[in-house]
Amino acid sequence: MMVDGVEDQEKWLAAGIAGLQQNAFYMHRALDSNNLRDALKYSAQMLSELRTSKLSPQKYYQLYMRAFDELRKLEMFFKEEARRGCSIIDLYELVQHAGNILPRLYLLCTVGSVYIKSKEAPAKDVLKDLVEMCRGIQNPVRGLFLRSYLSQVSRDKLPDIGSEYEGDSDTVNDAVEFVIQNFTEMNKLWVRMQHQGPARDKDKREKERSELRDLVGKNLHVLSQIEGVDLDMYKETVLPRILEQVVNCKDEIAQCYLMDCIIQVFPDEYHLQTLEILLSAFPQLQPSVDIKTVLSRLMERLSNYAASSTEVLPEFLQVEAFSKLNNAIGKVIETQADMPILGAVTLYSSLLTFTLHVHPDRLDYADQVLGACVTKLSGKGKLQDSKATKQIVALLSAPLEKYNDIVTVLKLSNYPSVMEYLDSETNKIMATVIIQSIMKNNTHISTADKVEALFELIKGLIKDLDGAPHEEVDEDDFKEEQNSVARLIQMLHNEDPEEMFKIICTVRKHILTGGPKRLPFTVPPLVFSSLKLARQLQGPDENPFGEEGSTTPKKIFQLLNQTIETLYSVPSPELALRLYLQCAEAANDCDLEPVAYEFFTQAYILYEEEISDSRAQVTAIHLIIGTLQRMHVFGVENRDTLTHKATGYSAKLLKKPDQCRAVYACSHLFWVDDQDSIKDGERVLLCLKRALRIANAAQQMSNVTRGSTGSVTLFVEILNKYLYFFEKGNPQINADAIQSLIELITAEMQSDSSTPDPAVDAFFASTLRYIQFQKQKGGAVGEKYEPIKV
Amino acid sequence: MNYLIGAFKPPCQISIAFAGERTRKQIIEVLFCIVLSGTFLEIVPIKKENGQTITVPLFQSQESIVGEVVLEPILGKKVEHNGVKIELLGQIELYFDRGNFYDFTSLVREIDIPGELYERKTYPFEFSTVEMPYESYNGINIRLRYVLKVTISRNYVSNIVECQDFVVRNYTPPPPVNNSIKMEVGIEDCLHIEFEYGKSKYHLKDVIIGKIYFLLVRIKLKNMELEIRRRESTGSGPNTYVETETLAKFELMDGTPVRGESIPVRLFLSPYELTPTYRNINNKFSVKYYLNLVLVDEEDRRYFKQQEITMYRHLETSLSLE
Repeated sequence: MMVDGVEDQEKWLAAGIAGLQQNAFYMHRALDSNNLRDALKYSAQMLSELRTSKLSPQKYYQLYMRAFDELRKLEMFFKEEARRGCSIIDLYELVQHAGNILPRLYLLCTVGSVYIKSKEAPAKDVLKDLVEMCRGIQNPVRGLFLRSYLSQVSRDKLPDIGSEYEGDSDTVNDAVEFVIQNFTEMNKLWVRMQHQGPARDKDKREKERSELRDLVGKNLHVLSQIEGVDLDMYKETVLPRILEQVVNCKDEIAQCYLMDCIIQVFPDEYHLQTLEILLSAFPQLQPSVDIKTVLSRLMERLSNYAASSTEVLPEFLQVEAFSKLNNAIGKVIETQADMPILGAVTLYSSLLTFTLHVHPDRLDYADQVLGACVTKLSGKGKLQDSKATKQIVALLSAPLEKYNDIVTVLKLSNYPSVMEYLDSETNKIMATVIIQSIMKNNTHISTADKVEALFELIKGLIKDLDGAPHEEVDEDDFKEEQNSVARLIQMLHNEDPEEMFKIICTVRKHILTGGPKRLPFTVPPLVFSSLKLARQLQGPDENPFGEEGSTTPKKIFQLLNQTIETLYSVPSPELALRLYLQCAEAANDCDLEPVAYEFFTQAYILYEEEISDSRAQVTAIHLIIGTLQRMHVFGVENRDTLTHKATGYSAKLLKKPDQCRAVYACSHLFWVDDQDSIKDGERVLLCLKRALRIANAAQQMSNVTRGSTGSVTLFVEILNKYLYFFEKGNPQINADAIQSLIELITAEMQSDSSTPDPAVDAFFASTLRYIQFQKQKGGAVGEKYEPIKV
Repeated sequence: MNYLIGAFKPPCQISIAFAGERTRKQIIEVLFCIVLSGTFLEIVPIKKENGQTITVPLFQSQESIVGEVVLEPILGKKVEHNGVKIELLGQIELYFDRGNFYDFTSLVREIDIPGELYERKTYPFEFSTVEMPYESYNGINIRLRYVLKVTISRNYVSNIVECQDFVVRNYTPPPPVNNSIKMEVGIEDCLHIEFEYGKSKYHLKDVIIGKIYFLLVRIKLKNMELEIRRRESTGSGPNTYVETETLAKFELMDGTPVRGESIPVRLFLSPYELTPTYRNINNKFSVKYYLNLVLVDEEDRRYFKQQEITMYRHLETSLSLE
């Protein structure tokens, strides 16, 4: 009967409205002429339109609303009649003479409302009679609307405490009884709707049912509005009665909606005090009921309640809210074996949020929740369901957000176990979230144990997880992740060197598992972190008692040596070289000559064997020269060896200009300002001369190959080196040499074949200006510059 | 209210008036007036065969019927007669045997000896403590009526006759035993119901209170109604005529109930024109009442169960009719 098209529905509705309006017109006329008998006749005919079975609930509602408006007018008329002296009791009988039940009951409810208002009979008796008589309508839609009408006309006439209709001592009970009975009957009708009509229309019917649910739920709202329902009454009568109906109706849609309704309409403190009763209903619900959503909303409400004021927290403790919820969830999950994993996870997530809000001091509670979650997840492998995954992320994020402190979270022993069940992608996201939390809150993680736990958590970022399919990772994302790991490593710190060393070892252990792609990101921060420690140990109170097994810089360097070696396999020789040099410099600061030498050796080996790109070579050689120049720990022999090698490398660079620059840079290896032992003027000059020769060769080569001599940059640069050493007092560098170099440059610049280059011109001009400036300074410096003519 | 008799213009008109109501009408020869007197004279409406409603006096058994007959010749004409009498008749009239009245009560009073009537004359009369065991009844096949009949006998010309109906109703006290009607009925494995009506005997303005319990429902019902049926049986033996009328159809339920539902019944009897139950009145007829519970399924099949109820007339309620 519900399969008809929309057009038919419209047609029927229009016909219904027309019939209703016509009879309403006659009814109005009867009302205007105070003709009671006709008023009853036409109102009954008008209400007969509501007897239709053709309309969908939505359309029926439209018709009902029109009838409702008309009934208000009739009610006014009845009131007038009663005022004029017509016996309301007779009226109450008179409307029951109608032969058709539906119009009869609408009229009865309407007169009943006036009857209560007249106070000629106790409200409870009239209400009881009405709610009882309405049983005659067993058709779900018509019954629901009729009872909804009853509820509507009676809601302001309940014998509530403080109401003008208040009755004897049991008055609230009467009010409650009436509403509950009406609710029960409505729910039964509503549930029954699903069995009406052919099975193929089930979906449509369920949709229609959902449209009607508020009619049923409104009763609960009315109950919650009854003043006289205090906690005791709610606990003893109202809630058990409602739950009884909810459980017994054995209907998924109704149970789901009504449980939610209960949670939403009654006050939080009632829920808290009746938690046990409320929760005991959950395992009894149909397996298909979406318990997770409902329970989650309960916990959400309670969480918000707890958050609303600290004064209510003792209540939570007093009723042992957590353990009750925990038990209930356990039971629900146990009884509903085929509940999807998403459901369970959602429940745990809500429970965790709840406990974090209510018992922030009880980490064990949070851990219990996580533990239960692990138990549920165990044996199921990684989660495939993306929604469940999302819930797990929410579950894991909750403690982070609450405590803003990873250290606290690390105490949750089940936390990493839960993470195990995430797929690698999500695991990474979660790890990133954790790191971000640490960064944001500048969390201090200061023991190796915690670091161990932390790295266990974020291992999704640290290494390729077992069995994870090798998927294409976006390069930028990967860098982003690894950079955050690098930042994290920098943040691990402890003032105590012993502990710090342990931290370093722990970190090292983890990052070495990371594979070639990660090492270039993770090794440098570890190295620098270690070097920082090494330098700290180098301080005045270094290891005063020489304890056995205590941390020494030597140990650190050994460790570092091994660590950096791992970069070979990456391969990332440039990076390794830089790190070796850094280490060498640190070893230098620690006065560990052999160590420093070893690092240099490693760097040289790398240079020779691994760095073949000429550009990389140029960079490397400058780094080597720079570092070596600052070394003061080497004895003459070692230093000679190393400088010799460095000079050699310089001269063998591929491009002439590179050669030239490297060679003049080498000059600094022989003249260190603050070290008197390294002031070999002759070799400085040799370097510079050699640089000049190379520059010259470069010029000529350029002339041959391109027809122009190219720029004179190199000469100007060398001139600057001359000036530097001249000023530093290198006896081998004299004014004449400088003079001739200036002339050489001037000549070159004026030659036809040279290419004009404004940058070089400017550079040269400013160099000359500098000389001029020094000359004018007077004193010793001025004197020194005096011979130079510009 | 009076009425004209026939089209052939009787020589005089009889008007019967009762105490408290004195009307007269003059036509042609004689003005008749019957005046009944009594302290509790009630007037009730009855429906005549032609559909008109008239009001007539109401009596009950053992009451005395007292009054006077006033005769007045019209236009000064004198009327010769062989005597005037007034009769009180209780008649049963069977429609299928039309014209055949059966008088179960017949009382006569001579109120004037033969002579002449030339001026207005008043004759008091009295039937004291009249036994009127049966109630007036107007059924489908039968009528039970009471009349006062005044006859002016004449020679050679037809008698002048006038009748006045009156109604008799007899009240009974509430029955000492009034059990409820309770019964479980059903179709095996299909439909089991139990119904309960609070009483088995009802007065005419009573209310039927009851409940229908659905013990088993395997058919799709669409509604349920309660009917009040009147069964009038007349005659006896092979000439028994039975007429059944449905006086009330009262919808009790709309929709399909499920097992365990109980549907309330509350039916006010006052709107319906009921009479008491009559059992074997003068061996001529019986009128019985039944409650018929009808359940209709979605294919419009009807399932029903009929139960007799006894109706009686209760005095208090009749007093409210004035």
